[in-house]
Amino acid sequence: MKGFSSKQIVIGSLVLAVAIVLPLIFTSTFFQHVMILVFMFGVMGVAWNIMGGYAGMFSFGQVAFFGIGAYTSSFLLMTYGVNPWVGLVIGGLVAALVAAALGYPCSNLRGHYFAIASIAFGEIVRTHFNNWKLVGAAEGLSLPMLDGGMKDFMFHSSKLPYYYIVLAFLLLALLVCRMVSRSKMGYYFRAIKESHDVAQVLGINVARYRLVAIMVSAFLTAMAGTFYAQYILYIDPDSVMILPVSVQIVLIAMLGGAGTVMGPLIGAAILMPISEVTRVYLGYKGTGIDMLVYGFLITLISVYQPKGVWGLVSNRAKRVG
Amino acid sequence: MKKAACLDVQGVTKLFGGLRANDDVHFRVEEGEIVSIIGPNGAGKSTLFNCITGFYKPNSGKVLFFGKDITRLRADKVCRMGIARTFQVVQVIGDMTVLENVMTGALLGCVKIARARDKAEEVLAFTGLLEKKDRLGTELTIAEKKRLEVSMALATQPRLLMLDESMAGLTVVELREMMELIKAVRKSGVTLVVVEHVMEAVMEISDRVVVLNSGRKIMEGPPREVVSNPEVIRAYLGDGYRAVGR
Repeated sequence: MKGFSSKQIVIGSLVLAVAIVLPLIFTSTFFQHVMILVFMFGVMGVAWNIMGGYAGMFSFGQVAFFGIGAYTSSFLLMTYGVNPWVGLVIGGLVAALVAAALGYPCSNLRGHYFAIASIAFGEIVRTHFNNWKLVGAAEGLSLPMLDGGMKDFMFHSSKLPYYYIVLAFLLLALLVCRMVSRSKMGYYFRAIKESHDVAQVLGINVARYRLVAIMVSAFLTAMAGTFYAQYILYIDPDSVMILPVSVQIVLIAMLGGAGTVMGPLIGAAILMPISEVTRVYLGYKGTGIDMLVYGFLITLISVYQPKGVWGLVSNRAKRVG
Repeated sequence: MKKAACLDVQGVTKLFGGLRANDDVHFRVEEGEIVSIIGPNGAGKSTLFNCITGFYKPNSGKVLFFGKDITRLRADKVCRMGIARTFQVVQVIGDMTVLENVMTGALLGCVKIARARDKAEEVLAFTGLLEKKDRLGTELTIAEKKRLEVSMALATQPRLLMLDESMAGLTVVELREMMELIKAVRKSGVTLVVVEHVMEAVMEISDRVVVLNSGRKIMEGPPREVVSNPEVIRAYLGDGYRAVGR
């Protein structure tokens, strides 16, 4: 791989090897399920980071892209028998197009104003799907049972294939983010994040680059959406289009380290187990406890290390040498 | 036919509601000149800058750059035409290093990161910031930030560089360094338009001075002539004062 230091290659391959072997050692389905969620939210955290952490568009509406991905592939599968892998790509494209439709009128909104617009966008999409008969409205969609296997993106006897697929998605997202961050685009995104004025006097077409960021982010997030639909086999607006999921995505990236490639993965690895464990062991009564813990962690991070957990790790690494 | 001026501002008027921030402003800048724009606070200097560089759309009038009409072009397009600028309140990218800041400018018209790095290092060597290249933007002093901002602007390879109060708030030594830099930039073939309050600098570096007051151009000429002009003195000091040696 171009531009990786030998140290990065060694550490990277070791971590990847561990990730591959891990579910073979810890075979409990709960463990595998939590890891799948870590990777899936890792994908969405990385995707958010491209537009939020790098380009400075703090989106609280990511769940709309997630939902659009999930709904597009599921709807195509149910209605036209379209293979979910094809649905995955179409879902990504649809999400990117919708993102462009959102991004264009918002291309001048900065900071908090963009965040507010993105919340409105997420809620509009959710309300729309909640009332849209064609896609099952509030009842949602139950995916038809296919034979199962890699071709169908559906596995009935084991979670392992899902685990490896979402791990591959995560690798793809990380590679895309790394490529972006080291390219001209990455430099331009960071300039735009600092200030539109600075970006413009450096000759950067702010609206166009923001549009690219939001579309790439939407595509990757929609991939996670299709994955979720194929994994759970049931989707409805209350599971794939609600605001708390958007918030969770933002927290994951911020906690792990906005504007770093690995940060969102670290964030997902910390937050998802907390939220799953409290959900399983405390059930309905535990609702909100994960948010309390998140809030506490976020406060710590923003006071002591605004670059997130990854900032802590890489600073330490630099000091050690 | 006369050679097209580097910058030709023709009757630019900019209204903010009922306020005429710029009122029918005309002036020309020939290639290779350093022209200063001076005037009391609120005279419309920054507004004029913004009208020329695409941050504001003038209500009427035209801006020509080497004969091409650039009125109402978006700011990033103006930059790509070859006009770079700095801001009155210094603007650099805080969480990038000095080198990365300049690379971002150098990436205009080049895709390869390595190429941009070479270009950026060249510019930093020219502006004297090379040994600070790994510092973060936020870690710089005001003088260094201003110098960095000029470096970023130069990295876009402009034909015209417009500086908005690059010398405000500098120490005597820093001021001298900035003036040397401005002269070196001109020597490298770049035309300059500067908005400035520091008269010491204006007197030394300018070929011509344009004076604005209440949005209108009241005078234009060589620096020495301008500072002894009664109308200019009245604009700065009020009606009670007269030019020395009346």
